[in-house]
Amino acid sequence: MDFDFTPEQKMIRETVRDFAQREIKPIAAELDRTERFPIEIFEKMGKLGLLGLPIPEEYGGSGADFISYCLALEELGQACAGTALSYEAHISLASMPILHFGTEEQKKKYLVPLAKGEALGSFGLTENGAGSDAGGTKTTARLKGDEWVINGTKIYNTNGGYAKYVVLTALTDKENRGISAFIVPTDAPGFSVSKAYEKMGMRASNTVELILEDVRIPKENLLGPLHRGFRQFLATLDNGRVAIAALAIGIAQAAFDTALEYSKSREQFGKPISKFQSVSNKLADMAMHLDLARNAVYKAAWLHDQNRPYTKEAAFAKLFASETCTQTCLDAIQVLGGNGYMREYPVERHLRDAKLIEIGEGTSEVQRLVIARQLGC
Amino acid sequence: MKILVLVKQTFDTEEKIRLQDGQVQEDGVRFVINPYDEYAIEEAIRIKEAGDAEVVVVSVGPSRSEEALRTALAMGADEAILADDSELFGDEYSAAKVLAAIARKDQYDLIIAGNQAVDDGSGQVAVRLAEELGIPHISTLTKLEVNGNEVIGHRDAEGDEEIVKATLPVLVTAQQGLNDPRYPSLIGIRKAGKKPLTHVTLADLGLTAEEIARKSEVVETFLPQPKTAGKILSGDLSQQVSELVTALHSVEKVIG
Repeated sequence: MDFDFTPEQKMIRETVRDFAQREIKPIAAELDRTERFPIEIFEKMGKLGLLGLPIPEEYGGSGADFISYCLALEELGQACAGTALSYEAHISLASMPILHFGTEEQKKKYLVPLAKGEALGSFGLTENGAGSDAGGTKTTARLKGDEWVINGTKIYNTNGGYAKYVVLTALTDKENRGISAFIVPTDAPGFSVSKAYEKMGMRASNTVELILEDVRIPKENLLGPLHRGFRQFLATLDNGRVAIAALAIGIAQAAFDTALEYSKSREQFGKPISKFQSVSNKLADMAMHLDLARNAVYKAAWLHDQNRPYTKEAAFAKLFASETCTQTCLDAIQVLGGNGYMREYPVERHLRDAKLIEIGEGTSEVQRLVIARQLGC
Repeated sequence: MKILVLVKQTFDTEEKIRLQDGQVQEDGVRFVINPYDEYAIEEAIRIKEAGDAEVVVVSVGPSRSEEALRTALAMGADEAILADDSELFGDEYSAAKVLAAIARKDQYDLIIAGNQAVDDGSGQVAVRLAEELGIPHISTLTKLEVNGNEVIGHRDAEGDEEIVKATLPVLVTAQQGLNDPRYPSLIGIRKAGKKPLTHVTLADLGLTAEEIARKSEVVETFLPQPKTAGKILSGDLSQQVSELVTALHSVEKVIG
C-alpha cells in the first residue's frame, strides 16, 4: 500500500495548479456570467502539452499516467469547472476512443493534432431518443461507394462549436441495432451546429447540437469494428467517469475551502462561526466525504493505470464524487448563509456546475445500475 | 557556452509563517522556486534556445530542494547539482564558499542568480560567489544581452536604469521584470525525471567544516508585531500639528 504520489505526479499537479490559479481562476466568474468558451486558455493548454496529457508521446501527447490526468482535472475543476469539463471531453471522450480503437493511420491523422492541442475534439452520443439508453440512436450511416453518408442530430454536445473533429455514433445495422463509431471532420459539407445551449452551470464549456445532413466522410473514418461502436463507447465511458469524478473533487474542494475560510473569519455572537458545533460538525462531514470521494477516484484511476478491471470502481467514484460534490456545494452555501446565495461569492456557481456531474457521462441512476450489474444483481 | 544558475527553494510567498520555539515551522507548507531564481532559470533557458548553451542548475539546501531543481529541469535546464549534505549548510558566507567549490569544478561562462531569496532576503550569496571566483558581477538586471563574449546588463538602479558592459565570465542577478518565466511543459516534466541530478557532499567538494563555518549567528527569530489601529488627530490645524510633533518625539520616538 502506498498513498504517496510519485515526484512526477506531484510536479504535474503543481504545474497545473499554478496554471489554473493564475490563468483560469481569475476569469472563471466572468466566463460563467457571459457563457464564454475560453478558447485562448485552450491554446495555452495546448502549448503546455496539457491537451494530450495522458496520450502517449508517439501520438503527440505528454505520456503521463491516468492518475496525473485526474490530478490535472482536480486542479482545473477547482479553478473553473466549465473549462475543466471541456478539457475532459476533449481527452476522455474524443481522444481516448481514437487512442484505444483507432488504426495507426487514424491515430496519426486525428489523434496527433488533438494531443498536440492543434485541434479540439468532441464526442457525439446523446440524441433526443438516446440518452441513458444509448441503444436508441437514430443517426444513420450508410456506406455509398467509398464513403459513409451520415444523417441525424446529436444533442448536448460538449465542444461541438469549436471542435475540428467529432467522434460520434450512428446506426449502421437497423435490424440488429448495430451501432458504429466514426471520426467526422467538422468542416465536412452538411455538418452544422446549433447555437450554444443556455445552461444552468458549466457555462464556460461550449454545448451545442450537431446537425448532420448527408455528411460524407471517407470509408476509412469508421472507428473500431463495424456494428460494435456501442460496446466501444461503454469502455470509453468507464475512463471518462473516473475523469469527471476527479473534476467533481475539484469543485467540491473549491466550495469546501471557501466555506472553511469564511467560517473562520465570519463572527457572530462574538466568535467565529466555525466555533459553533452546528457549523463545525457540518465542516467535519464535508471534509470527510471529500476525502473519501477523493480516495475512490484515485483508486479507480490507479486500477486503470495497472490495467486491471475498474468498471465497478469507476461507477463508485463517479457516483460518490458527484453526489458528494453537490452536497458539499449545498453545505458550503449554508455555511455562508445569505452571502452564499449571492453571485459575489463563488459557491452558488460551484453548485450549478456540480449538478451536471450527477447527469453527464451516465446519470447517478445509471451508475447504480452499473454497480448492481457488477454485483450480479 | 556553459551557464550555471543558482536556485533556492523557498516558502510560497502566500504561506503564513508559523513559529514554534523560535523555529519556522515547515510542515504542510508549500515550497516553490524562489521567484527571483525563476527569472534566472528562464533567462538561462532563453539564452540556450537562442543559441548554443548548456544550463546547469545548482542548489544548496535540504533534500526537498530536489523538487525545485526538477522543476528547473522540466523548464528546460540540462543538469542539476544539489548540495544537500547538512555539513554544507551555514550562512551566506558558507553558501558562497560551497557554490564556489561547485563552480570551480567546471568552466562556466555565465552565472545567473536571483537578486535575493524571498525568505532570508539577504541578497548576499550571489555577489559573494562572484567575489570568491574573482569575476565581475552585474546585479538586479531587468534586461540582459549576450553577444559573443560581451554581456550588456540593464540594471534597476533605484528607479533609474544603468547600462553596464562586461566580458565573460561574469555573474549576473535577476530583478523582477527581467522576463516572464514559463510554466514547465508536461512533456518537460516527464523528461525531467531522466535528466542527471548529482548530490554533492563536503568531501566531494574537498572542503572542510572550518573553511565554510558560518560567520554570523541567528540570535532570535520573531514575527512582526500585529498592526494596531491608527490614530486620527482632531482639533484645529495648529493643535493637530503640535499633537503630531509630541507623538513623534515621545510616543513613536522617531525624532530624538
